Amino acid sequence: MIADRNMKIILACIMAFFLLVTSAVAHFEGNTSPPVCDLTYEDGTPVQNWPEMKGKVIYIDFWASWCPPCIKSFPFMNQLTRDFEERGLQVVGINLDEERSEAEDFLKQFQNKFTIVFDTDKQCAKDFNVIAMPSTYIIDKRGLVRHIHRGFRPGEMEAMRELIDALLDETI
Amino acid sequence: MKKAGFLMLLLGVCIVAALSGCANVAPWERGTLAKPHMALDPSPLQTGTRMHNYGSREAGASTNSEGGGGGCGCY
Repeated sequence: MIADRNMKIILACIMAFFLLVTSAVAHFEGNTSPPVCDLTYEDGTPVQNWPEMKGKVIYIDFWASWCPPCIKSFPFMNQLTRDFEERGLQVVGINLDEERSEAEDFLKQFQNKFTIVFDTDKQCAKDFNVIAMPSTYIIDKRGLVRHIHRGFRPGEMEAMRELIDALLDETI
Repeated sequence: MKKAGFLMLLLGVCIVAALSGCANVAPWERGTLAKPHMALDPSPLQTGTRMHNYGSREAGASTNSEGGGGGCGCY
């Protein structure tokens, strides 16, 4: 009887251990608003927040200069801007470099046709639960996160374009 | 009782694993780790050349010389 009780206690401890070490995963995909972020442009001026961009489809991309897939994603995001900007797509690249100069050197080397902003304290990335680089979040016209994509694989981008096309066709 | 002992051991292993100093590195903190000089082998070409030379000088078979070098510095 006592042994049974001990076993239950030990099992409870093991379960508690796994609950403690498993990090909480925020889940935004679906009808959830994105977390409000404190972002700045290159010159330090604050960026308007997501609710103020309601009515647009927002393609949020977290990137860093040292990440090879991010380099590959730049031409794709430039193309998205060219193709869909007039229909209401706003591409926002949120830089997460620890050294601003590395991002600036990168931007001199790789042309960008979309908006680049900086998450200086990385709080936005934490709130968005960014676990991979790059990470993409697509916000629909109602201001809700409709799709999360981690990494950049060219083969998957046609589906992404189709999704953006469909979201741009939606009416609020 | 045996089961309880096993579970105690399992719990102990879990605690030791948790205290081993493993930490999650956030994606935005991987910039330094991603630099070329942080790679396990920062210069693969140089390593390859060195191993090739070493393998050919040694007269025994090794992973770097097919069938063993001649000991003369050549293949």
